[in-house]
Amino acid sequence: MVTLKDYEGGPTAWCPGCGNFSILLAVKRALVEMNLEPYQVLIVSGIGQAGKLPHYMRCNTLNALHGRDVPEAIGAKLANHELKVIAVGGDGDGYGEGGNHFTHAILRNIDITYIVHDNQIYGLTKGQASPTSDKGFVTKTTPEGVISLPFNPIALAISLGATFVSRGFAGEVDHLVELIKKAVQHKGFALVDVLQPCVTFNKLNTWEWYRKRVYKLESIDYDPTDRTLAFQKAFEWGDKIPIGVIYKSDRPTFDEQIPALKYGTLVKQKIDPLACEKILDEFM
Amino acid sequence: MTIDFTFKIGGEAGQGLQSIGYALSKAFAKGGLYVFLNQDYESRIRGGHTFVQVRVRNEPVYTLSEEVNMLIALNKETIDLHKNELVKSGAIIFDGDKIPIKAEDSYYSVPLEKLALEKGGSKIMINTVATGAAMGMLDYDFNLLADVLSEEFGRKGKDVVESNVKAARAGYDYAKENYRGKYDFTIRSLGSSKRMFLNGGEAISTGVIVAGCKFMAGYPMTPTSPILEFFASKARDYNLVFVQSEDELAAINMVIGAGYVGVRAMTATAGDGFALMVEGLGQAGMTETPIVAVVGQRPGPAVGLPTRTSQADLLFMIRAGNDEFPRAVFTPGTIEDAFWLTIKAFNIAEKYQIPVIILIDQHLADSYRTVDRFDLSKVKIERGEILSEEQIRAMGLYNYKRHQFTESGVSPRAIPGTPGCLVVTDADEHNEEGHIIEDAETRTKMVLKRLKKFEGVKKEMEPPKIYGPEDAKITLIGWGSTYGAIREAVDTLRKVGIDVNMLYINVVWPFPKDEISSVLSKAEMSFVIENNATGQLAYLIKSETGREVNEKILKFDGRPFSPTHIVKEVKEKVKG
Repeated sequence: MVTLKDYEGGPTAWCPGCGNFSILLAVKRALVEMNLEPYQVLIVSGIGQAGKLPHYMRCNTLNALHGRDVPEAIGAKLANHELKVIAVGGDGDGYGEGGNHFTHAILRNIDITYIVHDNQIYGLTKGQASPTSDKGFVTKTTPEGVISLPFNPIALAISLGATFVSRGFAGEVDHLVELIKKAVQHKGFALVDVLQPCVTFNKLNTWEWYRKRVYKLESIDYDPTDRTLAFQKAFEWGDKIPIGVIYKSDRPTFDEQIPALKYGTLVKQKIDPLACEKILDEFM
Repeated sequence: MTIDFTFKIGGEAGQGLQSIGYALSKAFAKGGLYVFLNQDYESRIRGGHTFVQVRVRNEPVYTLSEEVNMLIALNKETIDLHKNELVKSGAIIFDGDKIPIKAEDSYYSVPLEKLALEKGGSKIMINTVATGAAMGMLDYDFNLLADVLSEEFGRKGKDVVESNVKAARAGYDYAKENYRGKYDFTIRSLGSSKRMFLNGGEAISTGVIVAGCKFMAGYPMTPTSPILEFFASKARDYNLVFVQSEDELAAINMVIGAGYVGVRAMTATAGDGFALMVEGLGQAGMTETPIVAVVGQRPGPAVGLPTRTSQADLLFMIRAGNDEFPRAVFTPGTIEDAFWLTIKAFNIAEKYQIPVIILIDQHLADSYRTVDRFDLSKVKIERGEILSEEQIRAMGLYNYKRHQFTESGVSPRAIPGTPGCLVVTDADEHNEEGHIIEDAETRTKMVLKRLKKFEGVKKEMEPPKIYGPEDAKITLIGWGSTYGAIREAVDTLRKVGIDVNMLYINVVWPFPKDEISSVLSKAEMSFVIENNATGQLAYLIKSETGREVNEKILKFDGRPFSPTHIVKEVKEKVKG
């Protein structure tokens, strides 16, 4: 049996009280509850405080460039589709720097899980606005308040045909564990956007701020397969913020539609130069 | 009898000039002749002016010729632009019904469109009629052309083959009946041949699959899109995965992901596409992930002349990326080198866990040549040390360290997913386990560890080759696709008594410092010949060896060098 001890990692460099701690715990607990051994899991992370997550646990780790965790996770998944591949990054990483990769990963429906630590602020660079900061939010780089509308990952993901769209809250660890398990078990691209306070730099979206607003979709009569309903929930932001599986659908994954992968993982394919004589024949 | 015959086929984009050039070439190649084909095209799908040149010889040919023996003009503009390139006894084949020119000496009108409609049933066949007419003029064996057409159109069915052969025959007969006698140059088949006919892009594409590359991601860009397309077209037969990525950033990062997992992986792009990949190159350097990138140079900066040739990204490739990390940059200049260096690129990338760049250009990518069939039994696959499950177990559970310090700087690899080990790596500076660190001591040791690998890489490289006598007074130095033009210039110059040789650099990084220094110390006079405006190789030679090259022959108009151009400039400089 896999236990939490198997995933125990080194000391962290996060601020005391940071939402990252509960996300880390939720990831570890979810993997343990699914009885996955650390060697079966690959976490590909980006840059930012979120990107440090795999260093504070034990599993295969590819800590990528800022915003490039998703394409590196895609390459890794296609090279060995038997690995459980989880990409982890922050809101700047995934929705700013990696925005184009995010949209195309959804369109492909590649079978990976993408956990986004969404704290509506840039923490690692010490407190600038992020793509998900609310309009009017005053930060060091937006002294007059943020001018743009906030990036809505949930609505975007649903509109692009994502097959698993969810939102968690770092203050609801048990709930988040269940979300991550569902996301990892889902066949296809699974988004888990995790609301998370930045205790040092975001004085607006605090633990208290979120606690007052979030409610679980599981607690109401809600059908996540209804796309119209899902869009309504995607735009619910203010006094009430829904968490849980917001949208879920089925369509073939990118990896299962690639003929080469039907014969086993790419990494186990043999290299045989002599089998290529036929290619030379084409030039004769 | 010596044969050195050049066709120039000109017209608008979309008129099928390439098919004429290709069919002529293949028919000559089948007849045991040596062929070189190069293309000049604009960045457009239809219209404009474009041409294909085919040079046929009875001995090996490595480059184009500026002298045209037969101009096949599908529009009037071709005649206006190129008639002065025609040799004295040359021929212009054109459709007099369409291009109202008086058929004087050298002008041979063939009713291309009329014959295409009558015999082939469609205007599409104009190029096939023209191909036949050119062969008829030269009294070449028609059956060899018919064979080529059958192969080319075989997939489209018997009817298409038949109408093409008919159309070609009509052109062939028309030219032969009307003009043989008046035009008397003849090309005869030299018997059957076992040579391949392919371009640099195809040679690399073949090398990629032979080398066991299983994963490619890329964003299409001239001149390397055909490399992406080739790989994608073979995915089913050879169990490969190709992903057309949303951009170049995604491409190189997908490749890093696959390389990390243990699959041979690569991308292909142009110089300015590579500009977007530079951060990824650094990630491969930092995480010690083997990757291969083919970069096809075209004139810049920025978009420049998208469909033309250039050699102005040499220093960019050597220095691209922030901070310092080992890499190799290969600069093949022949079809053979394009193939063999591609295989070597994957071996070096994996053995030393570094990024390897194969730097080519539009001229090499798009130019075809007849070459001896590659001997696949000579291919060696060297993957470096990859720990098996048993070796991992013997180390003790979870004791594996991805970036372990070793004598050579190379740490054994493990495949993520192997029970009992974790493969951990980071774009941040990291410790032996691969975890993020800040301390000065580990940082210093890791930098030195990575750089140490370069010593091993250097030992793997063969010295650059010299063409001509070792101790010639004058040395012409080139890298990449200028090989053929310089080689022929050496032959020509030696015939007129100028004592010259060529130093050809096909691996520019690690820089072959000692060899170049030694050659330069012997030569009385040295030239670099490059398709850039500042002499990047000359700069590199100076900075690496302290030696100054005497002269630079530079060309940066987007067009390849011809041997005559080089001969002329060398003669002038030698005299002066």
